[in-house]
Amino acid sequence: MNYPGNYPGYDDTWDMQKFQKNFRIDIVHLDESTMEFDMVGIDAAIANAFRRILLAEVPTMAIEKVFIYNNTSIVQDEVLAHRLGLVPIKADPRLFEYRTSAEEEGSEIDTIQLQLKIKCSRNPRATKDSADPRELYLNHMVYSRDIKWVPIGNQADVFADSVIAPVHDDILIAQLRPGQELDVIMHCVKGIGKRDHAKFSPVATASYRLLPDITLLEPVEGERAERLKRCFSRGVIDIQDVAGKKVAKVVDSRLDTCSREFLRHDDLKNAVKLARFRDHFIFTVESTGILPPDVLVTEAIKVLMVKCQRFLSELDSTDLE
Amino acid sequence: MAGEGEKKPVLEMVQADGADEGCVTFVLHNEDHTLGNSLRYMIMKTADVDFCGYTITHPSESKINFRIQTRGSIPATEPLRSGLNELSDVCQHVLNTFQARVNEFKERQEEPME
Repeated sequence: MNYPGNYPGYDDTWDMQKFQKNFRIDIVHLDESTMEFDMVGIDAAIANAFRRILLAEVPTMAIEKVFIYNNTSIVQDEVLAHRLGLVPIKADPRLFEYRTSAEEEGSEIDTIQLQLKIKCSRNPRATKDSADPRELYLNHMVYSRDIKWVPIGNQADVFADSVIAPVHDDILIAQLRPGQELDVIMHCVKGIGKRDHAKFSPVATASYRLLPDITLLEPVEGERAERLKRCFSRGVIDIQDVAGKKVAKVVDSRLDTCSREFLRHDDLKNAVKLARFRDHFIFTVESTGILPPDVLVTEAIKVLMVKCQRFLSELDSTDLE
Repeated sequence: MAGEGEKKPVLEMVQADGADEGCVTFVLHNEDHTLGNSLRYMIMKTADVDFCGYTITHPSESKINFRIQTRGSIPATEPLRSGLNELSDVCQHVLNTFQARVNEFKERQEEPME
C-alpha cells in the first residue's frame, strides 16, 4: 500500500501539493435528478466516505408524526402512516433545524405541517351499467397530490414563493370506496438516514465503480480479434485495419462491465490483462427529487468537514483542561 | 487520562501504557467506517506514525476504538490533530473543485441553447 516507509528510499508521505496537482473531477452528466461524475486521484477510503454520507448522513425532511383523526379506509392506521412517511417532501432541509426535545408541539423552525383530507363518494353522473371504478366513484384513489401544506407561524412569509408539497404528485397512497374517508394531519421533521430512519435518505441510490483498465498483452488479429470484440461490452474493443490485417484495439474501457468473458476462451485468456484504476471513481448519484444531485454532493462533503471540525474542537477543549 | 466530565463524551482517550504518551487508544462515539477509515488513511500517510488502526467493537454500539502509536516520543494527539486537519483540507479542496466544475458544466450547457 502507499504508506510512508513501505518502500525504502521513496517518500510516500501525504503531500497536499501533489494531491491537488493530480486530483480532478469531470462531470459527465447532470440533470435535475441524476448525475454522473468522475473523481480521479483520491483514495478509496475518502471516496467511500462520501458515498456512505450521501446514503445515510445528509439530512432531509420527511413525515414523522401522523395524527389520524378519521380513517375509515381499508388501509390500517399504521400501514397508512408508514406509507406517508416514505413519501419524499420537497422542502429544503437546510432551512430547518432538528427538533430538540420530544414535545408534541413543533415550532415553525423545525416542523412542516401537512394535511390529507379526502372523502370518496358515488359519482351521480355515471352511466347505469358501467363497471369502471374511475367512472363510478369520485376520489377513490388517494394520491400524494392530495396532501396539502398548512403553514404554521411565519412559514407563509418565509416560503411565499415556493410551495411545500410532495416531490411527485402521482404516488398512490390508498384506495377508497364510497363512504370511506381519510382525515389526517402530518408533521414533517428533519432527520438523517443513519440515526433516525431510512426514509430520510436523500438519494434513490448513490454508488461508484472503478474505471476498468484493459490492456492487450499481445497483438490479436483476424478471427481472434472478432471473438475478442464479442467478449467485451459493445464499444470497448474496435477492429482496425493495419496493413491489410484486422487488429483489435481497446478504444473505450469505460463502457465495459467487466464480465470477464474472455477468461472462458483458452486462446484469449492470456492475451488480455483486466484490472481497475485504483484511484479513478465513477460516481452515479440519483436524487429522490428533494435536492438536486450536485447540491447533495456538496452537502455530503460539508458533512465530512463538520465531523472533522467536531473532533478538532473536542481535542482543543480537552487540551485546555 | 480520562474522558470529559460531561454527560455524553464524544471523544475519550484510553492509554494502555502509563508512561508512553505516544501509544494511545481513542474512543470516538457516534462514528463508524465513514470517518474511521478516511481518518486512518490520512494518519497513516503522516510521517512518524508506527501504527494506526481502528475497530468497531460491536456493531450494535456506534463507537470506534482508534489506536495510534508514534515513533519517538511524539504525543499521539499530534498525528490525530494533523490527520483531522488534513482530512478537512482535502474535503475543502474537493468541494472547491467540484463546485467549479459543476458551474463550468452548467455554463457549457446554456451556451448551445442561446
